[in-house]
Amino acid sequence: MDIETIVDIHGLNHWFGEGPARKQALFGIDLKLRRGSFTVLMGPSGSGKTTLLTLIGCLRSVQDGALRLLGHDLGGATEAQLVSMRRKLGFIFQAHNLHESLTARQNVMIGAQVHSRVAEDVADRAARHLLGLVGLAERADYLPANLSGGQKQRVAVARALVGNPELLLADEPTAALDKDSATEVIDLLKRIGASRGMTTLLVTHDNRILDRADRILTLEDGQIVADTLRERD
Amino acid sequence: MTPLLQRLLGRLPIGWLQLTHNPMRFAAALVGVAFANVLVFVQLGIMNSMGTATLRPYSFFSADVMISASDANALTDGGNVARQWLLQALADPDVADGMGLFIGNVPWDRGDADISLTTFGVDPARPDLVAPEIAGDLALVEVQDSVLMDRLARGLTRDEAAAIRPQSPLAFETQGRTLTAYSTFAGGGGFGGDGYMILSDQTFLSLFPARRSTAPDHILLRLRPGADAEATVQRLRTLISDPALRIRTYPDAAQEELTYQQTKRPTGIIFGFGVLIGVLVGLVIVYQVLSTDVADHLREYATFKAMGYDQRFFMGIVLEEALILGVFGFLPGVTVGATILTVMGKVTTLPLAVTSSMALVVFVGTVVFSALSGIVATRRLAAADPADLF
Repeated sequence: MDIETIVDIHGLNHWFGEGPARKQALFGIDLKLRRGSFTVLMGPSGSGKTTLLTLIGCLRSVQDGALRLLGHDLGGATEAQLVSMRRKLGFIFQAHNLHESLTARQNVMIGAQVHSRVAEDVADRAARHLLGLVGLAERADYLPANLSGGQKQRVAVARALVGNPELLLADEPTAALDKDSATEVIDLLKRIGASRGMTTLLVTHDNRILDRADRILTLEDGQIVADTLRERD
Repeated sequence: MTPLLQRLLGRLPIGWLQLTHNPMRFAAALVGVAFANVLVFVQLGIMNSMGTATLRPYSFFSADVMISASDANALTDGGNVARQWLLQALADPDVADGMGLFIGNVPWDRGDADISLTTFGVDPARPDLVAPEIAGDLALVEVQDSVLMDRLARGLTRDEAAAIRPQSPLAFETQGRTLTAYSTFAGGGGFGGDGYMILSDQTFLSLFPARRSTAPDHILLRLRPGADAEATVQRLRTLISDPALRIRTYPDAAQEELTYQQTKRPTGIIFGFGVLIGVLVGLVIVYQVLSTDVADHLREYATFKAMGYDQRFFMGIVLEEALILGVFGFLPGVTVGATILTVMGKVTTLPLAVTSSMALVVFVGTVVFSALSGIVATRRLAAADPADLF
């Protein structure tokens, strides 16, 4: 695996349940994601998108096949190793999952402080900087309840990016947003990702953002059925 | 508060921010913890008061060794002791002096309220066997039917007590006799009586004609300076031929009665259970608050897990919340508890108060039990699976 390959998956299978109820969700997935790429993962519900995302995100253990993430083999990784790997990733969820009792700045600081050696003032500066990048500098001390849906998702973006992740995993980040907010968030991800050399894997049903992708993967019944490369903007 | 906690913890005080985000719920939680604290303070206060009241009559005497009947678990309990053992004990070279102590309850009809005085009949010629405060006035009771009155007795007004002096004595009738109080000493109402009275053994025997001068309730001994009380007790056990008698050092006798009152008598056991119930109520309240809080924030915690935070981080948040509840709940708890005990003390004349040691014990207990509740509540964190966020 060369240093430009962030994710290298070969023959990945995954099952849920046990005994007669055991059901296979992924079938022999082969996939490589290159550094700095912006990949969109599409597919109908139940096609295995989320399962693949959670395996790459170290939120589940690899059962069968090979998955190398940032040069580390995740096969047989312990829970502590998975937790440690997750600190190198950024996550954006469909729901912003901001902590209701923390301000926008404090929510972003939490993303920085997961790296235990980050001092309080450094985390604070990083949070303010990221909030500035996502256009929320003026609302840094607002509680989530006082932000709009789009603003909350932009805080979630800042939280995911504040730790300088090498890989950003996003699950339907625009599902709850109107068209303008959705475009704004995706453009933001692309712009910051490009400037930092960050790889992005984004699960979506939203056709409005397909033209922003470098690559579109389509998953059906646990298998990659289409892999389309697109010209960069 | 947030910057202070941030500096102390070295991270965002998420527990504090979570708790204070909903002020009404936070206030309700603090009221709950404070309520449990008040329960514990009141029960502990009563237990402590029982201890003080139990030991108080021992402080009226200045003895080194006490000889009692085999069933005398308390100063006012048990059978009599033959006076002949006093003479036997005095044969020991280290026993300097001794006297028989007679104990009985004397009712005093105060018109609107009858009070009961625990009465000690002593030898007025033995001032060295009573406390220095009383010894100075002991000669006053040599006169038949004269007494020393407890100035803190329940039912006796402070003005009335303050007026009792040799030149302005207080006479009252009881058991068909007229007693006259010439002076006072500091006692106070207890659980077994409303106060105390000290008089001569002769006056005592007049009040209780059925009692015999040859059979006091206890024998008090005073040892020569420098004598080893334990060794003397061992010698007296061989010297005195009745093996059923309880021969103990005076401090041991007091401590044994205290243990007996607190662990064997219904009142002590009931107050002990009261403390236990207060602790359990506190545990349940803190656990309920914390586990509800964890359940309410499962998605946020799952998000933190996905970001790479480990179990120690969550334990830290929940313990932070537990300690905040414990500390902030303690402050109103100790204030209300002290107020209740003060009011109860004034009404009952029992020595009820929040002592500094009691406050420290309850504070440490509150913090420890809050932390335990927090540790139990973190079990609910297992339900926060970050994979479910997708």
